[in-house]
Amino acid sequence: MTTDTDTVRVVPVRHYGRWATALLVVGLAALFLRALFDSPNLEPGTIREYLFKDYVLDGVVTTLWLTLLAMVLGTVGGVLLAVMRLSANPVLRGVSWAFIWVFRGTPLLVQIIFFGFLGALFPRLTLTVPFTGTILFDKPTSVVVTGTVAAVLALSLNEMAYAAEVIRGGILAVDDGQTEAAAALGMSPALTLRRVVLPQAMRVIIPPMGNETITMLKSTALVSIIAGRDLMTAVQTVYQNNYKVIPLLFVAAIWYLALVSLLSAGQWLIERRFGRGFARGGVR
Amino acid sequence: MTVTEQTPVTATRPMVRAQDVVKRYGPIEVLKGIDLSVAPGEVSCLLGPSGSGKSTFLRCINHLERIDGGQLSVDGELVGYRRHGEKLYELKAREVARRRRDIGMVFQRFNLFPHLTALGNVIEAPIRVLGTPRDKARAEALRLLDRVGLAEKAGNYPGQLSGGQQQRVAIARALAMHPKLMLFDEPTSALDPELVGEVLDVMKGLAADGMTMIVVTHEMGFAREVADSVAFLDGGVVVEAGPPDEVLGNPRHDRTRAFLDKVL
Repeated sequence: MTTDTDTVRVVPVRHYGRWATALLVVGLAALFLRALFDSPNLEPGTIREYLFKDYVLDGVVTTLWLTLLAMVLGTVGGVLLAVMRLSANPVLRGVSWAFIWVFRGTPLLVQIIFFGFLGALFPRLTLTVPFTGTILFDKPTSVVVTGTVAAVLALSLNEMAYAAEVIRGGILAVDDGQTEAAAALGMSPALTLRRVVLPQAMRVIIPPMGNETITMLKSTALVSIIAGRDLMTAVQTVYQNNYKVIPLLFVAAIWYLALVSLLSAGQWLIERRFGRGFARGGVR
Repeated sequence: MTVTEQTPVTATRPMVRAQDVVKRYGPIEVLKGIDLSVAPGEVSCLLGPSGSGKSTFLRCINHLERIDGGQLSVDGELVGYRRHGEKLYELKAREVARRRRDIGMVFQRFNLFPHLTALGNVIEAPIRVLGTPRDKARAEALRLLDRVGLAEKAGNYPGQLSGGQQQRVAIARALAMHPKLMLFDEPTSALDPELVGEVLDVMKGLAADGMTMIVVTHEMGFAREVADSVAFLDGGVVVEAGPPDEVLGNPRHDRTRAFLDKVL
């Protein structure tokens, strides 16, 4: 037995299987990319031409503020619904439950079309002072609920239902001892919610709400069905005229991908902010 | 059960007065008629085996638990109720909150707000509840943190402090509301043994300054040394109460004796 450590070579396990699968996957990906760029219908020139067209950019802006508005309204409504569901009042609990049941239980596309055709259900929107007959407001529904308004309504009401569940989960994740400590200091329930419970719930709420925002950005594409003037509507309008469907879908995809990447970066920053005081949160 | 009323400090109106306090969780009676009186400036320790009801009783004093019978008053005001003629009206959350301002509480698990620094924890309630200007609240909080020996930790989050340090911040947080009564719910039970002393030292300092304190504890040394009175609870009643020398040194009841034999 010669055990001369200087001359003994250590041979790591050779993962022939790994190399083979890696090679196979790279090969398939290369084949796909070649097929993609060889296709005469991809038209990179057309993609470049339309990527920064003013009506495409307008669509991007509309998509962005639709997302923002729906998320803000959805979050505010979501907090309200979550607090209602956790309330001691059985009527509030029930109403909140029913709202969430309806808006989570039906497809967003159905809701968008429904609000787009709201005028078919209620032809006029009228507001009167009860018992006096004084009319404060009376207009045809189609004038008030335009495509944009319908889009905002459908997206934010739908978001409220999802946000409510996320926020309720966040509130429940905060230790009871926190509420007790706040109560013992003489803080009212509302103050406790605002200053003690919600800031801690945020840590739990933010990651899923980041997902919600990303989902929302992409869901805005659905409003093209009622001419919502968003990015998808703009792109559709173009390819319905020039039939260059694939290049224009690439234009939309590139923008959605860029915006989602931006949102992910924003989410990371916000998560770091609300992780203060927690070891893994990033402070120090 | 018999309670010999011990008011060693003064003979004025008691700070806390409990008469036949009953508390039930469903069919289970946790407190079966507690009688206890604590004078202003008195330090009272509640002792007893776990499940004896001592923590529950403490939580009744600032209405974290609703009582199901008897009467409980702090500084002459009923806890959780307002008396009008022959009727008791339950107080609204806002009114309960107002009364709790004057009663400080320290918890076994500290319950500091983890998203706020030590300083943030101490100034939160004075600013938001009492409306103290931020500068003034800050100055006072730094003074309180200094008093509990943590002036240099003002900017640290609770997660960066040891258990003993967290509990001292919790005491400073309670003191910032200028309470007339301090409740301690097993303040050292969650601490590593070597950290117990620093918290007890702060509490001794408070007692020496004349704070009225009710302390649920298993620290017999603290009870013997600092308490003016000791009450031994078992099975939801006060079995025996009196000066620590008597209750701890020469217990009259078998149950007290059996408990002390086990813990001493």
